Amino acid sequence: MSHSEAAASAIPREGLPGLVDDWSSDKQTYHVPWGKAMMWIFLVSDTFIFSCFLVGYMTVRMSTAEPWPLPTDVFALSFFGGEPIPLILIAIMTFILITSSGTMALAVNYGYRKDKRMAAILMLVTAAFGASFVGMQAFEWSKLISEGVRPWENPWGAPQFGSVFFMVTGFHGLHVTAGVIYLGIVARKVARGDYDKKGYEIVEITGLYWHFVDLVWVFIFAFFYLW
Amino acid sequence: MSAEAGQQHPLGIYLKIWLLLFFLSALSYMVDYLEFQGYLRWTLIIIFMLLKAGFIVAIFMHVMWERMALILTILGPPVALLFLIGFMAVEGDYTFGARVEYFGMDPNAEPMPVIHGEAH
Repeated sequence: MSHSEAAASAIPREGLPGLVDDWSSDKQTYHVPWGKAMMWIFLVSDTFIFSCFLVGYMTVRMSTAEPWPLPTDVFALSFFGGEPIPLILIAIMTFILITSSGTMALAVNYGYRKDKRMAAILMLVTAAFGASFVGMQAFEWSKLISEGVRPWENPWGAPQFGSVFFMVTGFHGLHVTAGVIYLGIVARKVARGDYDKKGYEIVEITGLYWHFVDLVWVFIFAFFYLW
Repeated sequence: MSAEAGQQHPLGIYLKIWLLLFFLSALSYMVDYLEFQGYLRWTLIIIFMLLKAGFIVAIFMHVMWERMALILTILGPPVALLFLIGFMAVEGDYTFGARVEYFGMDPNAEPMPVIHGEAH
């Protein structure tokens, strides 16, 4: 018995047997740095907040008997006086966020290689993409506000369109803004060498938050803009 | 792999997933651009959304390399949301029916056309 226990602690089992091992025997359950476990707890709770918003959106959109404005026309944009291209700004914002997720993934990788210069540069590039995303969102907001969209009315159809738009994209934009600040602070500390002794898990933890912001956008893009 | 050693993986996998996410985003935009409607549109939107979300969570957020105890802590609780979605869909559908039935609202009304630049 004691022999097999010693073997089990030496080589942790994977999969479901590993689940049993991790939750039993009166010891630390999650074999990750505490900061990473806490970030995951936060992200799971944030998942519920965004889910409540999106489920609320589903409920008002299903229950309203007034016609829902067509997002493909509302978010169309024409360049240089040409024909309006449907949803083009939102598509560009989507690609920018995907790109920033890619640079963030690379930053995590370079962090674990202890290449702090590249990690910091890639984090700042990620933050720059994030800032340009927020800038485009500000443009989108001011354009819609100038066209008469309010949380209680809009010129095209169901008034709930405005309240859902401002609440969901506003809350997401707030997350992106916070992420840009967070990335800037951590990038500075990485470049300064604050984590030389502690290790570079912090880059991965920051990355988790950033990928989550991208993940939420995937759902907003699908359900609010495309549906 | 031991999680305490950190999540260190080859660069190639990140670049491949990055490209794949770009491709899937382009496909989901094409759903709108090519003006697919009805069940085809909704099915394609859901498929591309779930694929993108899955790759972000599994690869970029390293969940597929984590231990089962952490994976279930992350992915388990959100399953409850499926019930919330189901209940609220039933409720929303009922409210819609009541509004059409008792308030005499037209369920097939079209939204007003969007003309950009008129309010400037």
